Amino acid sequence: MNPAAHAAAQMKPPTTPIMAVDGVTKRFGGFTALNNVTTSFHAGSLTSIIGPNGAGKSTFFNVLSGQFPPTMGKVFLDGADITGTPQHRLAHMGIAKSFQITNLFPKLSVHENVRIAAQALRSRFGLWQPRATLKLDETVEALLLRVGLQDRRHESVDTLAHGQQRCLEIAVALACEPRVLLLDEPTAGMSPEEAKDMMDLILKLNAERTVILVEHRMKLVMGISDRIVVLHHGTLLAEGTADDIRGHDEVRRVYLGQSV
Amino acid sequence: MASNSVAAAPKAGASPGAFRAIVEFIARHRVLAAIAVLAVLPFLTPYEALAVNILVFGLYAMGFNLIFGYAGMLSFGHAALFGLGAYGCGIPIAKFGIPWFAALPMGIAVAGIASVVIGWFAIRSRGIYFAMITLALSQVVYYSTYQWVSLTGGEDGLRGVNVPVINIFGLHLNMLNPLVKYYVLFALGAVAIALFSRILNSPFGGVLEAIRENEKRAMACGYDVARTRWLAFILSGLFSGFAGALYAIHLSVVPIETLNYFNSAEVLMITLLGGMGTFFGAFVGAYVYIMLQDVVTVVTVHWQLVIGTLFVVLILFFPRGIWGSLLKWVRP
Repeated sequence: MNPAAHAAAQMKPPTTPIMAVDGVTKRFGGFTALNNVTTSFHAGSLTSIIGPNGAGKSTFFNVLSGQFPPTMGKVFLDGADITGTPQHRLAHMGIAKSFQITNLFPKLSVHENVRIAAQALRSRFGLWQPRATLKLDETVEALLLRVGLQDRRHESVDTLAHGQQRCLEIAVALACEPRVLLLDEPTAGMSPEEAKDMMDLILKLNAERTVILVEHRMKLVMGISDRIVVLHHGTLLAEGTADDIRGHDEVRRVYLGQSV
Repeated sequence: MASNSVAAAPKAGASPGAFRAIVEFIARHRVLAAIAVLAVLPFLTPYEALAVNILVFGLYAMGFNLIFGYAGMLSFGHAALFGLGAYGCGIPIAKFGIPWFAALPMGIAVAGIASVVIGWFAIRSRGIYFAMITLALSQVVYYSTYQWVSLTGGEDGLRGVNVPVINIFGLHLNMLNPLVKYYVLFALGAVAIALFSRILNSPFGGVLEAIRENEKRAMACGYDVARTRWLAFILSGLFSGFAGALYAIHLSVVPIETLNYFNSAEVLMITLLGGMGTFFGAFVGAYVYIMLQDVVTVVTVHWQLVIGTLFVVLILFFPRGIWGSLLKWVRP
């Protein structure tokens, strides 16, 4: 290997980033919610985006998931520019998300919620074949089993407990077989026990796909994340392993009074 | 009054249990039930022409329900689609002597093209704005038709949509006999009903309901909400246009009123009376609305006042409509 090629190989990260953002800025009127953030996410990793309230976590999440385009900067998937791509297209490119506020089909059954999500891969404008012929039941059952809702399949969503709705939210997101799973505060409103179960589930899901999650409870994600990105006032304050973040002075200052 | 006792006939003498079973059966076998009820409809109305009206407006409400009840968008411009179906079928017959079986698809096609255009503009908006845009565009259709006297007959309406005899499979059907006419149109309508049910059962039908329930989530699942809505609007327009085409054949004329916004309001009332988002509700609504109109106009010219009052009472106390409330009672 010649020296130049060797140097190039050295500079390359160990794996190609599956998602990346470059100089992303988002303004709402005069307010800059996100300021020039550049980072990347490697395939198969579990990255947590943390930061105090108002740090720009949700804005960052919404830019990643295509909810709205950034004011400036670019978003990449597999090295291709996906800035401004409509959300439904992103779903087919392998990006799925769960919402911070539970966002399901309230009047449909648990089973139907997952089924309609799984159907998106098979038929979106099919007018002739009856839905039943798509034979999605096995897929749906496997997903419900995965999140532990197999016994509630016939119930309507509004009868589920909050924690169960959060789990269903995950099953619905998984139904489009994403390569990148984006989770916006998956433990929001959960008891500590429920939150722990959710983190275990996320860790399991991470075995097969990249996970990027937003969380403001720092302690929850410290143990499971490969990498942590800390946002503060819309800027990227720090990124690194849990140990890097624990030892970071600025992060400590931002989370003043909390043990990191 | 004769028609009153007839209206109550299906319920009379049935115990709540049996009635519940009937409602459940109709809900389960909606195509079969709708066709069976429509098959005996001429005997449940004081005269046959009324049965044709109920059939036509039932089909119209069925098509309207796709966008209103199933997709959750209030269109206030469906008169344009119904009316263009009527003119699109009537003009070839009256002005160019084209046979009915060729003119009927033409009517559907004209309504289809109009819904492609109107839908393209309208699906970009939501709620009241969607209603206003569809209303505005339907008024454009109304005034254009009103002005184009040489082709459409303008204010007088289109005259001479005569289909006196239909020859089919060696059968010589006299369309001047109202009962024969009803069954010819009923046979065509039955095909549309089966087709409509098939669409509701399709993957697309599921997507429509999902979008109505939660647009944001449907989008995140990978559904193109705008395109799905557009397709729903077009399909809705095709069925409405089909109903309009039947109406032209039924009346032998196309009154300009078919394009009037009042016709958009009527189909809305029929759908709400029957129950939005229910399959059978469109026909229940059409039956009740047209029978009431027929009964009340005999008593007073202010029939709209009576129906309007009843409508307000129904919306306040039975927002699910007649059939929707029955369904809720059977399946709480």
